Amino acid sequence: MQDFFAPFLAWIPLLPLLGFVLLIALPLFHLREPPEAVSAVVGVGSVCLSALLTLLIMWTLFLNNPSAVLQVSLWQWLKVGALQLGFDFYLDWLGMAMLLVVTGVGFLIHLYSAGYMHGDDGYRRYFAYLNLFVGAMLILVMADNLLLLYLGWEGVGLCSYLLIGFWYRNSANGDAARKAFIVTRIGDTAMLLGLILLFSQFGTLSIRALNTAAASAPANNLTVTLAALLLLGGAVGKSAQLPLQTWLPDAMAGPTPVSALIHAATMVTAGVYLIARMHPLFNASETAMSAVGIVGALTLLLAGFSAMVQSDIKRVLAYSTISQIGYMFLALGVGAWTGAIFHLMTHAFFKALLFLSAGSVILSLHHEQSLFSMGGLRRKLPFTFGCFAIGCASLAALPFTAGFYSKDQILLKAWEYQGGFNGIWFTGILGALITGFYSFRLLFLVFFGNDGPASAQCKDANNGVMTLPLSVLAVLALFGGLLTPPLQRVFTQAPAGHAPLWVEGVAIAAPILGLALAWLLFRHNTSPMESRGKSALEKLWFSGWGFDWLYHRLLVQPLTSLARINRNDILNSIYNGTAFICRQLHNLLSTSQNGLIRWYIASFTCGAIIFLALLVVL
Amino acid sequence: MTAVIFYISAATATVATAMVISSRNAVHALLHLIVSLLAIAVIFTLYGAPFAAALEVIVYAGAIMVLMIFVIMMLNQGDAAVDQEKAWLAPKNWYGPALLTAILLVQLLLLIFSGAEESAQRIHYIGPTEVGIALFSHYILAVELASMLLLAGLVGAFHLARHKRIETSEAPDAD
Amino acid sequence: MPTETLPDLLTGLTLSAILFCLGLIGLLVRRNVIYLLMCVEICTNAAALAFVVAGAHWDSSDGQVMFIFIITLAAAEVAIALALVLQFFRRRHTVDIDQLNGLRG
Repeated sequence: MQDFFAPFLAWIPLLPLLGFVLLIALPLFHLREPPEAVSAVVGVGSVCLSALLTLLIMWTLFLNNPSAVLQVSLWQWLKVGALQLGFDFYLDWLGMAMLLVVTGVGFLIHLYSAGYMHGDDGYRRYFAYLNLFVGAMLILVMADNLLLLYLGWEGVGLCSYLLIGFWYRNSANGDAARKAFIVTRIGDTAMLLGLILLFSQFGTLSIRALNTAAASAPANNLTVTLAALLLLGGAVGKSAQLPLQTWLPDAMAGPTPVSALIHAATMVTAGVYLIARMHPLFNASETAMSAVGIVGALTLLLAGFSAMVQSDIKRVLAYSTISQIGYMFLALGVGAWTGAIFHLMTHAFFKALLFLSAGSVILSLHHEQSLFSMGGLRRKLPFTFGCFAIGCASLAALPFTAGFYSKDQILLKAWEYQGGFNGIWFTGILGALITGFYSFRLLFLVFFGNDGPASAQCKDANNGVMTLPLSVLAVLALFGGLLTPPLQRVFTQAPAGHAPLWVEGVAIAAPILGLALAWLLFRHNTSPMESRGKSALEKLWFSGWGFDWLYHRLLVQPLTSLARINRNDILNSIYNGTAFICRQLHNLLSTSQNGLIRWYIASFTCGAIIFLALLVVL
Repeated sequence: MTAVIFYISAATATVATAMVISSRNAVHALLHLIVSLLAIAVIFTLYGAPFAAALEVIVYAGAIMVLMIFVIMMLNQGDAAVDQEKAWLAPKNWYGPALLTAILLVQLLLLIFSGAEESAQRIHYIGPTEVGIALFSHYILAVELASMLLLAGLVGAFHLARHKRIETSEAPDAD
Repeated sequence: MPTETLPDLLTGLTLSAILFCLGLIGLLVRRNVIYLLMCVEICTNAAALAFVVAGAHWDSSDGQVMFIFIITLAAAEVAIALALVLQFFRRRHTVDIDQLNGLRG
């Protein structure tokens, strides 16, 4: 059975890649832009097929077998000395969970995009990029060695860049795209260093071999710690965690479905996946584990505070994404591997739902994104309101939604970390409260209260291909908590102990408290903050804790001023100077070449004098 | 006796040459040059080279100088040329060349007198016979080459000196 | 038949050097092409004198052979040069060598 399905494994990433090739090659055959329907069928169809293939494999092989493993070796990729790398795919339940998210949610977002992007000039280009993204993401997830994973890692980074700057005619979008690319590149460089370190230390890049080697390495080995921290650097960059989180809010410049797919559901969670995939390595180093946990906790809080004061609907969601990935990192840091991956899944469901609903709102309001121009949309967009409310509830982890199960699992595990009350757990609870507050603030500002300035022109833009994904995602966001992936064979972890009942109670109460606060403050949509101006703290939060300002001062300005000093290329002046001297000498010789025969004779004479002088002296 | 003749000839040659380079009239200069050449012919005789002396008189003082005379006549510059020469030969034009050449002369003399120990050797007489034997045995190839050079010079001079109608100085030769 | 000893090698070479330098001064000072040609003749003649003197000193006919070649060279050179002077004068109506500077850099 496994042998039968192994060849199909390669088709999962291959199909979207084929779709990409087909989409970019289409005008070659037609010599004109193909109709939107063709692009949509190719783009959505390829992802649909790989989603179906994934489901098929899941159904037949994985469903009742938690320790199922599927692997296929396609071909030798690199062979240099001891470095032997192949295009090898490896699939276990961790990979399968990711695969289901990427192809499933990816397919729904593709479908939604077919409606959302209707009428855009770059329709075909959009689907080409999106397909390339899905292909790269699938390679990342299924890679059996770190370099292949790195290939997918860079591929999704490229697609992220291309899609953030999709509407490239607006230079601000290009700036956002470059920012995303450069900031994540810092993390990627750290990751590459980590790869090199791992290879030089263990002589292999195979993930399983590395994990085995790291698990048997002596505890708190310096090399292992360093490698884990470098990999964490890569994960931090890709997943927009502190201190490399600044790119994600700006990445909202891309089309909203892109934000849903890349910057909420899949790519930004690649860091979580990487750490989960390499968990024996991280387990071997206490320093790395606490670093992961602290990074997650800090990001969770900082991004949460920022999300509370944003005025752009997509930026609220962006900060909330950063914050939720902070939860996942926190979970990884306390060893709640299953919880982290489970939260990754549910987050993909409800955040994709939120982004897509926000996309519907934005489209209905003719590309208005300011929260304070909205309001009262509950009556005009009832379907979108329903979806958005489900998404917010799930995000805030209200009881019995998908987000509740995963977040609860994380918080319980955090409580057990260090055996009881501790800072990480407290941060998690505080984060839950903040999450409840900002998600319902968002809901109230958009859908409740009086009509905002933009609400008057509201026209429901939902159509069939958009409502279907929204409905499916809404169901998933509500009941996705029942779809716990059987990861107990992938992650060997101690069974959950029993926390006191009040801990459970606090975890449930915190988001509800946030909801109540939001209800009190924003129910009428007339924000008191809006009328009295912003306090200094709110300004700080609004700017994302001033990280952009700090980096601008700390990194960008010194660099630009250095560049300004070096405008004429100081090193190059050596070569320019040589050229200048040569040119001057040339001019000198050129003037000596004056065409006067007597002058030449005088030169002869001088030469003869010098020559004879040498003879006389010697 | 030989010494007296040598010094008189040498002085004549030097003075005549100096007159050549400072003269303002081309014909005068040419006549001084002929005097100089004749004096050198005498010196050749003193050095035991009568054949060279004869050639000096016949070819140099005779043929070549006649050629130059012809050209000076054809140019026919007249008195205006003398005035122009006067302007060109202002004293300040002499300083630089004189200095350079003086240095060169000093160097040459230094080099010549650095080999002084052999100078007391006798001078040998070399007659036309020996020269002829050397020319047509050992140097026969060079003689042939010299004859070709002369032929080429003849043809070249004939071609260059043809009096063609000149449209503009840049116009290509239309043959 | 050996002659007297007085006109020795050094005296002859000294005379040759003096004559050559006089010719060189002429080359550097004069601007009239005709004079330049005469000065060239003086220089080549001085060189020929050095050959003959050296040949006499070393009892070799090579000196006079070289003199004959020099004289041949001078004849050919003067013939060509004078033809060029004629053309130059016809085209520019001057004999100033400094006017011939079309090859300046």
